Amino acid sequence: MTLEVAITALQWLVAVLGAPLLVGIVGKTKARLQGRRGAGVWQPYRNLRKLLVKEVVISGTTSWVFRLTPYVVISTMLLSALMVPVLTTSGALPFLGNIIMLMSVFLLGTFFLALAALDAGSSFGGMGSSREMAIAALAEPTVMIAIFAIALRAGSTDLNEMVRRSVSDPLLLLNPGHLLAFLSFVIVALAETGRLPVDNPSTHLELTMIHEAMILEYSGRYLALIEWASSIKLFLFLTLLGNIFFPWGVAVTPEPVALVIGVVALAIKLGVLALGLAILETSVAKLRLFLVPELLSGSFLLALLAVISFFFLR
Amino acid sequence: MLESATILFSSTLMFFASGAIGALVCARHHDLCRRVTHGFVFGGSVLIFGLSILGLFGGRFELLLPGILPFAGGLALGLDRLSAFFLLIIATGVAPSALYAISYTRHYPQKQSSMGFMLNIFVPAMMLVVLARNVLTFLLFWEAMSLASYFLVMTESEHEETCKAGWLYLVMMHAGLACLLIGFLAMSQASGTFDMSEWARSASGIDMGMRNLVFLVMAAGFLSKAGAIPFHVWLPRAHPAAPSHVSAVMSGVMIKLGVYGLIRIAFEWLGQGPAWWGAVILMVGAVSALLGVLYALVQHDLKSLLAFSSVENIGIILLGVGAGLLFRAYNLGSLASLALVAGLYHCLNHAIFKTLLFLGAGAVVEETHTRNMEEMGGLLKRMPHTGGYFLIGSLAIAGLPPFNGFISEWLTFQALMLSFNIPVQFLNLLFALSIAALAMTAGLAAACFVKAFGITFLALPRGETVDQAHEASRTMRASMGLLSVACLALGVLPALVLRPLSNTIAEFIGDRPELSFNWNNISAADVFAVIAPFWMAMILVVLILTVWVGLHAFGTNFHRRYYETWGCGRALQTAAFEYTAAAFAYPFKRVFALLYRSIEETEIEAHPESRFFVKTITYRHETRSIIEDSVYAPIAATVRRLAAKARKLQSGNVHSYLFYILVALLALVLFAK
Repeated sequence: MTLEVAITALQWLVAVLGAPLLVGIVGKTKARLQGRRGAGVWQPYRNLRKLLVKEVVISGTTSWVFRLTPYVVISTMLLSALMVPVLTTSGALPFLGNIIMLMSVFLLGTFFLALAALDAGSSFGGMGSSREMAIAALAEPTVMIAIFAIALRAGSTDLNEMVRRSVSDPLLLLNPGHLLAFLSFVIVALAETGRLPVDNPSTHLELTMIHEAMILEYSGRYLALIEWASSIKLFLFLTLLGNIFFPWGVAVTPEPVALVIGVVALAIKLGVLALGLAILETSVAKLRLFLVPELLSGSFLLALLAVISFFFLR
Repeated sequence: MLESATILFSSTLMFFASGAIGALVCARHHDLCRRVTHGFVFGGSVLIFGLSILGLFGGRFELLLPGILPFAGGLALGLDRLSAFFLLIIATGVAPSALYAISYTRHYPQKQSSMGFMLNIFVPAMMLVVLARNVLTFLLFWEAMSLASYFLVMTESEHEETCKAGWLYLVMMHAGLACLLIGFLAMSQASGTFDMSEWARSASGIDMGMRNLVFLVMAAGFLSKAGAIPFHVWLPRAHPAAPSHVSAVMSGVMIKLGVYGLIRIAFEWLGQGPAWWGAVILMVGAVSALLGVLYALVQHDLKSLLAFSSVENIGIILLGVGAGLLFRAYNLGSLASLALVAGLYHCLNHAIFKTLLFLGAGAVVEETHTRNMEEMGGLLKRMPHTGGYFLIGSLAIAGLPPFNGFISEWLTFQALMLSFNIPVQFLNLLFALSIAALAMTAGLAAACFVKAFGITFLALPRGETVDQAHEASRTMRASMGLLSVACLALGVLPALVLRPLSNTIAEFIGDRPELSFNWNNISAADVFAVIAPFWMAMILVVLILTVWVGLHAFGTNFHRRYYETWGCGRALQTAAFEYTAAAFAYPFKRVFALLYRSIEETEIEAHPESRFFVKTITYRHETRSIIEDSVYAPIAATVRRLAAKARKLQSGNVHSYLFYILVALLALVLFAK
């Protein structure tokens, strides 16, 4: 039992403390691909420390919702990190692994962020809030159908179960439904974490920003918490992509050797995905806002095909 | 046990009777009148709560009064677990609304007597519908419920809008009643008895075509009460027009009785039906959920928004009910039971958070004198308690943890996903689409309530009336507070409801749900899905505190400086810079343009000297209802045309009327032969 608690704590720490590093790696890779030297991979940590020691400047228009939101957002992400099997499927909290629950916890964070965006009373905030909720709502059916497709094969909506099932059945990866579900989940992950081509995390151009528009009024420690939360969200989505669809190396037993393999496997998977993300973000432009629904409906169709293929091939 | 239930039931009726009499006696003393009448409604609904608890733990009573209505088997009442569960829904919605009304109705000085009287008829009528055991009893109280609520909707009859809404409500309710009459009478004829509990036994002997027909007409009748699409047209008009505590009871409670009727006919009275019954209900549910929330999203009238959201939630409930019917058609009893548990849990949840939201909206409307969200804003600072409760209601209705809406939506998702046990590919696809519809609904509901709360309560006030707004009175706050606590309690301790509810469903359809639960966690279909709502909520709270403490330990700068909002260098910030409700909904209008078929108009009035000096801008962007345009408008036109023709018959000549009577009589004699 103590071993399992220790393992759970370890994988939680890997997720929440490693997340800024992932953002740093993506940023560095992007810079190199674009022919720049770019900031070091540890830059996100320096940014967080800088923000934490700065004072908060806050709009006089705002209410307590604005001040509560950063805490809710970071806590939902810290909670989510407990729910995802990062290194192992045999953590100490097996009752926290439901994927629908995970998505609802994400949505709770988004809900508060969208409220806080309206609170300062600027048009930017409202714009970000409205767009973020539109994209979240449109992504939701894809998320659920992709989950359904995976759950059908795994016989469970529990993340640990899903990974365990994939580990035990290597041929699953050749299944067309599995690949379709993977593709649709990639698109959803891009939309949910605010990456290109849905949203550009490095823009502050008024008319195109979505996530950045929502957090425009935040500064100091509040901004630090929100930035940290965003990086955890990216980390968790990439981990989900890696561990559910390519479950090699995830520790199914709480043994030290398996865990070491788990850490290495995770590093490789996240490295590959980060590289893929950097290449994608370097090679595509941001979509016009009103083309995003088309992208999402395309990904919805992929997910639906994944489900249909299950029923016709069983 | 039997004794106590009967005594409790009779004293409940006494309470409402006293309330009704009280309304007449103290008609001239406004203050006394509102306290007496609503006090009795409150007391009565607390007794209903007691009765429902008694029923949920197995208490029963049967009451047959052959002397009343002797020609149709007398007045027959009875209590079983399903009825008891709906009594629980009635009590949870009505008790806080009555408490709220005690102070809220002070703004209707001339109408306290009639309002109080009607509420004292309306609430017991709902209770008696749920307890009715034969056809005439059911229809009698069903109609009493419709009429009493009609009079309540008409409270502000001096407004033309209210009269129109009331008229539409009356028409729709009676179209629904006509459907129910056809169904009830046909079924009584076919089974040879007015006693509905006997129907289940004789149903299998009745011709399938007949049962299909009865199912369709009765489903239409009940769905029109429930406000499901395409029978919802009355709901978004009638609910906003009524005083807010009445809107709360109608939206939170009354429409659930449509669901009650539907569950009774589909699972009990008509016996085992074909699978397509379930498919129809599932599709109606998916369409209602999705269209309901889409229309809710573009409303700028706060109460209309809530009313459309009721259509959405009825849709979610129907998804559970429809899935249950389909599972039963394939003999998957324990899954059918699970789906029904999900649907009924959502029924109860919706009664709680929709009542809460309507009461909150009532407090806001009372202070700002408008229902238009574009004139609100900044209310959280002026009405902190009401705002906080409204936020809890918004989180709950958006299906977010750790509140109650999440649990029932989660259960519904699980029930729909377990549909892979049905071996029909077409149905598997239908279920997959329902999952997508429910997911989209959940996402859009979150957007809708970000808008409802954000535009109403946050940022700067958009209208002058907001500045005069004050916090709601103590009793009003108490009633909202109670409901907020219920939202949280049923979200973190679902076993509170799941325990009696799964017993109820087990008794009702004979199979225990595929669900195991205790105070710590719930699991559906064994390992298929497990959640631990209580621990999740605890961890969330602990994490929030940890972050706060952790920041202190890290040596974070906790200094906070107030400054104005960033505005690209403009001189001062006014509410004109804020996003409006219309602007918030704009992306949705664009994406779903095909559905809204909106009309967009911009009028710019420029200064006569130069077109660059704009004096006024008027912007209209109204959406039209696809169902009203394509279904109801043609029907109304046909009715009007036929009525114009029928006018010729009404000559005013006594001789021709005598002739009509003769013809009618002869025709009847020939027909009856």
